[in-house]
Amino acid sequence: MSKENHITPLVEIKDLSIAFGGIKAVDHASVDLYPGEVVAILGHNGAGKSTLIKILSGAYKRDSGTILVDGKEADINNPRDAKKYGIETIYQTLAVADNVDAAANLFLGREVLTNWGTLDDVAMEAEARKVMGRLNPNFQRFKDPVSKLSGGQRQSVAIARAILFNARILIMDEPTAALGPQETEQVGQLIHRLKEDGIGIFLISHDIHDVFDLADRVAVMKNGQMVGYARTKDVTKDEVLGMIILGKCPAAAIPGPGASTDF
Amino acid sequence: MSDTTQTTGAAKVENEGAFTRFLRATEIDARLLGMIAALIVIWVGFHLYGQIVNGYGAFLTPRNLWNLSVQTASIGVMATGMVLIIVTRHIDLSVGSILGFTAMSMAIIQVWILPEFLGLGHPLIWPIAVISGLLIGCLIGGFHGFLVAYLGIPAFIVTLGGLLVWRGAAFLMARGETISPVDATFSKLGGGPYGSIGAAGSWAVGVIACAALIWLLFNGRTQRRRFKFPLRPMWAELFLGGVGSAIILGIVLLVNSYPWPKGIVRQYVAANNLQTPVNEIFISHGFAIPVLILIAVGVAMTFLTTRTRFGRYVFAIGGNPEAAELAGINTRWVTVKIFAIMGTLAGLSAVISSARLNSATNNLGTLDELYVIAAAVIGGTSFAGGIGTIYGAILGALVMQSLQTGMVLIGFDAAIQQMVVGGVLVVAVWIDTIYRRRAK
Repeated sequence: MSKENHITPLVEIKDLSIAFGGIKAVDHASVDLYPGEVVAILGHNGAGKSTLIKILSGAYKRDSGTILVDGKEADINNPRDAKKYGIETIYQTLAVADNVDAAANLFLGREVLTNWGTLDDVAMEAEARKVMGRLNPNFQRFKDPVSKLSGGQRQSVAIARAILFNARILIMDEPTAALGPQETEQVGQLIHRLKEDGIGIFLISHDIHDVFDLADRVAVMKNGQMVGYARTKDVTKDEVLGMIILGKCPAAAIPGPGASTDF
Repeated sequence: MSDTTQTTGAAKVENEGAFTRFLRATEIDARLLGMIAALIVIWVGFHLYGQIVNGYGAFLTPRNLWNLSVQTASIGVMATGMVLIIVTRHIDLSVGSILGFTAMSMAIIQVWILPEFLGLGHPLIWPIAVISGLLIGCLIGGFHGFLVAYLGIPAFIVTLGGLLVWRGAAFLMARGETISPVDATFSKLGGGPYGSIGAAGSWAVGVIACAALIWLLFNGRTQRRRFKFPLRPMWAELFLGGVGSAIILGIVLLVNSYPWPKGIVRQYVAANNLQTPVNEIFISHGFAIPVLILIAVGVAMTFLTTRTRFGRYVFAIGGNPEAAELAGINTRWVTVKIFAIMGTLAGLSAVISSARLNSATNNLGTLDELYVIAAAVIGGTSFAGGIGTIYGAILGALVMQSLQTGMVLIGFDAAIQQMVVGGVLVVAVWIDTIYRRRAK
């Protein structure tokens, strides 16, 4: 399931499982990610995509399985651990604190302090202006609480937060779900730029067109299991839809444990 | 709102009234002005009512306002802590009982225990008593926080239990006795003629406060210039500095115009072997020590909430607990710290209250939790979480206390007082809800 076996993957998730009550939300799922690559994780609602990714970002604790970062086993028990390994996440719900301003959100949990140990709001705002200027030059509302911003502006705050601290592995959960066409286009450009910087991206999406535009590979999940993996060059959209809906693996894909064998 | 002046188009600015423009330029919060207006209405209203109905307006006298400041101190100190609790969507119903318990503990330490070892009136008695009181409050609060954060018991239940437990424990500890009198130095922390800093001291405090205000304005301006942020117009800076200093110095004049009562002056004259007749001596109270404690707590808590990482986390958790957790904030530990701070402040209020009474009684602090919560809420702390200010809570405490004092002065029944305070609380929150809906 790899493209170039001679380099170590940035992340390698092996046999990951988690159950909530009796339900196996993720059942022995494996997937890997190389530098500068976009891997889309696809599946129905409830297929286990978001859960899998939340384990990687430290929001959930896995029941079993291993996560390797740069070939070394990573011990990820909470979001702070994940950030230590350079794993940054943009959540579907955006996960911003609505009542504080953009700069406070960008630096939440990693505030810049003055020599006196107090918050250096001015420096943080200056830095925030720089990053936001790159991402979304129209953004001006630095003093307003995030609750007053539009969906796209909130999205750029969430993305800026993820790239501000030199993420190496970026997880994007439905990054364009709340956006208009123009903003979706901007996110697409951003993903290309991040790829060039050698950042690995896990992209979770419902939108198969988005996926074919942006991703190098797809990993399809169904009922918590991996149906299979394929390069977007090698398969058609219909074949990928077949993987998502029926669990049917086309010839060009590498089947996983969840692949249907009835065909 | 500093950058909006620059980014909004000229057309929009033209549409604004002079008052909005004034608020924008000075960056004064409209609700702060609203609270001050409410306070003025209450004060003048009670004064006029007294003047018309009773023939004597007692409210706007130095004596009453000075007493009002002392009475506000205990509730005000706790209200600053309650802001953090409510901002993170919790509640603390136990503060009155923690106050009662720590007051009783401190009284036992300084009256029953320490004199045995150190001798009566030893100078170390009061600091030991105060520190142990703060420590006990901190531990109780921290324990509540632990139950809330790590065992997942709702704060309402934990502190409702605490309300009963600590009141009962205070009774058990002293077998229901009232312990009195407390250490002489300790009792100064509660105010009174000997517990005030006098005219010269008050002027010093006033001048320091003015200097601090001007430094803050100046420093803010240099910081903004350093990072090329839009500045306030110069007239707005001068206005803020001028009016702020005038208010501070006015308060100093006020507390200095309340003289010691004749009896105390007579005592003082006798103790110092003075020859001057008692009638000719005018000794100012100046700021009472509990008021200075409240000011210090207000400054420290404002610093904590706005300038430190901890304060930032408190508000982030209040705004979106999930986002705070995902951002890597240790929300549970922050919760423990919040409750520990609340407990410590309840201990500090216990110092003020028991020192003021010169004794620790079993019912000290009863119903305080409700006044404290009311003060925080009237001061603009939102139960939805994430919103609240320290100065607002202190002003809220002042509003609550003004109502109470005013009704006592004009001779309302205790029953009517309760009904008014309850009604005001509900109306205040209703107005607040309307205000917030408009602001959105």
